[in-house]
Amino acid sequence: MKEFEYAAAASVDEAVSLLAAHGPRAKILSGGTDILVQLREGLREADLVLDVKRIPELTALEFDSARGLLLGAATPCYRIYEHEQVKRAYPALADAARIIGGWQIQTRASVGGNLCNSSPAADTIPALIAHAAVCHIAGPDGRRSVRAAEFCTAPGKNVLGRGELLVALEFPPPVPRSGARYLRFIPRNEMDIAVAGAGVWVRLDPTGQQIEEARIGLAAVAPTPLEATEVAAWLAGRPATPESFAEAGRMAQAIARPITDMRGTAEYRRHLVAVLTRRALADAVGRARGVG
Amino acid sequence: MTASAKPAASSSAPQYKVLGTRPIRHDGTDKVTGRAIYAADLHLPGMAYGRVIRSPHAHARIRSIDFSAALALPGVLAVTSAADMPDLKNKFADLGEGRVNLAHLGANCLAQGKVLYRGHAVAAVAAVSPHVAEEAAKLVRIEYEPLPAVTWVLDAMKPNAPLLHDDVFTESMGQLSDKPSNVSRHIHFEQGDVQRGFAQADVVIEREYRTASVHQGYIEPHACTALWNQDGHVTIWTATQGSFSCRQQVAELLELPVSRVTVVPCEIGGGFGGKIPIYLEPVAVLLSRKCGRPVKLTMTRSDVFEGTGPTPGSFVRVKLGATRDGKLVAGEAWLAYDAGAFPGGMIGPGCMCVFSCYEIPHARVDGYDVCLNKPKTAAYRAPGATQAAFACESVIDELAERLNIDPIEFRLKNAAKEGTRRVDGPVYPRIGLVEVLEAARASEHWNTPLAGPWRGRGVAAGYWFNIGLKSSASASVNADGTVTLVEGSTDIGGTRTSVAMQLAETLGIAAEDVRPQVADTDSVGYTDVTGGSRVTFATGLAAYQVGLDIRRQMAERAALLWECDPALVRFEDGVFRTDGRSITFKELAAKLHATGGPVVGRAAVDPEGPTHGFGAHIVDVEVDPDTGKVTILRYTAVQDAGKAVHPSYVEGQMQGGTVQGIGWALNEEYWFDDRGQMRNASFLDYRMPTALDVPMIETIIVEVPNPDHPYGVRGVGETPIVPPPAALANAIYRATGVRLRELPMSPPRVWAALAAAGKSS
Ligand SMILES: Cc1cc2nc3c(=O)[nH]c(=O)nc-3n(C[C@H](O)[C@H](O)[C@H](O)COP(=O)(O)OP(=O)(O)OC[C@H]3O[C@@H](n4cnc5c(N)ncnc54)[C@H](O)[C@@H]3O)c2cc1C
Repeated sequence: MKEFEYAAAASVDEAVSLLAAHGPRAKILSGGTDILVQLREGLREADLVLDVKRIPELTALEFDSARGLLLGAATPCYRIYEHEQVKRAYPALADAARIIGGWQIQTRASVGGNLCNSSPAADTIPALIAHAAVCHIAGPDGRRSVRAAEFCTAPGKNVLGRGELLVALEFPPPVPRSGARYLRFIPRNEMDIAVAGAGVWVRLDPTGQQIEEARIGLAAVAPTPLEATEVAAWLAGRPATPESFAEAGRMAQAIARPITDMRGTAEYRRHLVAVLTRRALADAVGRARGVG
Repeated sequence: MTASAKPAASSSAPQYKVLGTRPIRHDGTDKVTGRAIYAADLHLPGMAYGRVIRSPHAHARIRSIDFSAALALPGVLAVTSAADMPDLKNKFADLGEGRVNLAHLGANCLAQGKVLYRGHAVAAVAAVSPHVAEEAAKLVRIEYEPLPAVTWVLDAMKPNAPLLHDDVFTESMGQLSDKPSNVSRHIHFEQGDVQRGFAQADVVIEREYRTASVHQGYIEPHACTALWNQDGHVTIWTATQGSFSCRQQVAELLELPVSRVTVVPCEIGGGFGGKIPIYLEPVAVLLSRKCGRPVKLTMTRSDVFEGTGPTPGSFVRVKLGATRDGKLVAGEAWLAYDAGAFPGGMIGPGCMCVFSCYEIPHARVDGYDVCLNKPKTAAYRAPGATQAAFACESVIDELAERLNIDPIEFRLKNAAKEGTRRVDGPVYPRIGLVEVLEAARASEHWNTPLAGPWRGRGVAAGYWFNIGLKSSASASVNADGTVTLVEGSTDIGGTRTSVAMQLAETLGIAAEDVRPQVADTDSVGYTDVTGGSRVTFATGLAAYQVGLDIRRQMAERAALLWECDPALVRFEDGVFRTDGRSITFKELAAKLHATGGPVVGRAAVDPEGPTHGFGAHIVDVEVDPDTGKVTILRYTAVQDAGKAVHPSYVEGQMQGGTVQGIGWALNEEYWFDDRGQMRNASFLDYRMPTALDVPMIETIIVEVPNPDHPYGVRGVGETPIVPPPAALANAIYRATGVRLRELPMSPPRVWAALAAAGKSS
């Protein structure tokens, strides 16, 4: 590992100008649970490591049941599941935040870092897709916003341009009769990367028997996290029954494009997508009905 | 708390004061406060930092090594490669565990001409800081000519397989093959008349089993510091299981007299057999000789996976025949084990262990040691036995089921006992397998019904020899009545305490009154490796004899005080007595200076092994049919310890071995891509069990004293890794109706097997 400079920006503007000055050899440090490992193992190199945790906007967690949630990009995971209202309003996000590494990791690791690292297997991204999160980005040309579902472009790659950083994630306010769930499969019970993952969100009709609206995000079955729009559209108006969940699982399987690697075979991943989608839907519907 | 609070003792068990109690370990404070010095903690003035450059190819010829750019980097102090090693062609050394080809040993530390696995050490640099060394390593230009690689044992045996060595020939029954081969050795054992045996059988079952390479997975990566002093003396501080073995290996490789090398063993963070071979030490010595400074080398976790010994991947075929009433009559086994990059794997013990738990009158075993493009295999806890037991114990389970006999009952009917002749020749003395199986059958676990869908209970037995070998120890009596014990067995499993307890028992003093120390190779007599479950047995025996020596000398002092014949002084319960007079050990210790000076006891032993450790495991699992994931609901390990000197450490060994066996069974594997490159060389993707993956392992200690040890000790460290894969496979079968015959039984594989049987979604 080569020596590098360290700087801690105090504002978004300062961070943007430091990034602009150093170009691609500047690396942003949020919780550091990805970037420090990558620097140490020589997978990435940096001249400047730019800490963004001193920027108040980036460590914010503002929740209002009417306006929704504004989550700073560098806010550590534990603050999500320790916040009673947030945990209830965005249960799939809380599910994901609770399983990243162990609690030591969760006191540092951020959802923004998870998203910007842009691994196809990242645990929070399917939950971000399910909860319809929007990414607020700042850069040399000002600010812009992108749907979380469109953020990742390839393994380790995303829409951030030169000198840009992720400032915050914004989540729509919770709606009645909705529920969400993130489930992943790992061979062990902790300390593993998802072999496959599914994050789902559903809204039920007033009887609680029918799905009115759904969103589904899938992990580790394609070069980027996938938004299963076709499956979600199919679910709208369907009865909230095991048969619907199973069919949705089969549909999710059809759009998966997994690979074989040391974490699992393509065939197995395709199979898991169906299992996880089905199980996550059942749980999300349960949560929407106020059980489980 | 485990279930073993009370070992199942035999009726005439002797009464001990110290043995069987659970004193706090002598090295405990330093370990829990972080004060203990491990090899990577060592810092010496002027120390340089080395870095090993490793092969990116699984198999390649080294065309050239160009150090010029690295040497031009400021702060670089030395570079080395195999060119700096003496020519060791056709030199052999006896390292206590058989003959070792020194050319192979050397070429594993620094590649000679060819690299034989990804991660094979090729060259090294030393620099003023680890960061400079890392940068310099990137500047070393090595040109390779890649060659085809082979990583599966049966492929490596094919006549057209890529050949690793042109100087390795197949040795079979004393004959060498005429052409070089990846198969370095064929072993054959036979007893009785196998054909006739199978003819007597009512049921014959034959199956094939495959296992992946797995790593020992010790938490502490290899590390060492070497100093080539100006007077030519070499000192090495290292993490090793055997300081004398390390000394000899380094001395032989560098052609130095052993007296010119001092090995200082540091605390060791696990070894399980993997820290018996040397890797970094000779490289650090060469670098130190060149730069005149102490040089420290450490491995990363991926270096450890890619560059140090895994245990063999294997293919095993087992055929067993039994009569209708459940008597085994014939057995046949065919085993092919990875040797890794160089000959000399674990096939020998594999062949000896495959049928070691049973009395099989007619049996034949063939085994093959096969070179392929993986790291040179190293010992791993009962090396070679687990693969063999996975096969044999699975077939035994099928036989029991086919014959409608309870699996423990079936094992009891056929269990090896005193007088049973093993297929490789030895006849067992008094052993404890029957008692172990009886304890398993009587256990609360076995007698608690398991209900629920997708659940099943499995059982399997296991054996490991446990060796004897050489140990030395000495002890001096302090004026306050305590004793300082110096021994040479690096302490991996709490052996300082187990050895000290045996001295304390012999002297009739408290365990806390013995202060044990593990010394360097200049400060204690020759001692073989901490391996083969031998330390509590053999070094314990040395400590016992040291105790007798001290007792004899102390009795003479008492006789001097009492002006009587030393032969009339008796020693009982820590008190010296003669007619009407007595003096405690402590009181007498205070009078030594006035009665002739210090008392130092010493002993050097070389007891006959093996001590024969048998175990049986019971496991309950639940299988998720949708994902193939296996959850362990309950686990009980039963084992004959001979005598559990410190029951907590015996339980700890049983639990630790079991957990390693569970990892091997369910998830661990070297995952190679199609170019023979390991792709999961990290603890993230090489999936050892975490604390959340295993339940509390319940333990039942059985004590059938070893007649060849004064306290009956047998050694316990290795046996518990042997049964888990078979026990789990048998449990998965009972849960799902599907037999798995390949390790690991990972979720994708279990799911695929269930799906193929039409049992999964
Ligand atoms: C032991 C361990 C276990 C883990 N387990 C899991 C797991 O179960 N599931 C999982 O998904 N991940 C896991 N991870 C990976 C990691 O913890 C997560 O991806 C985490 O969310 C990353 O967040 P961070 O704040 O630490 O990111 P950092 O490491 O600080 O940053 C990650 C990447 O994003 C960039 N970045 C960070 N912030 C910004 C920003 N504001 N704008 C632009 N770019 C930015 C960085 O430059 C870097 O490239 C694990 C890691 C470890 C070490």
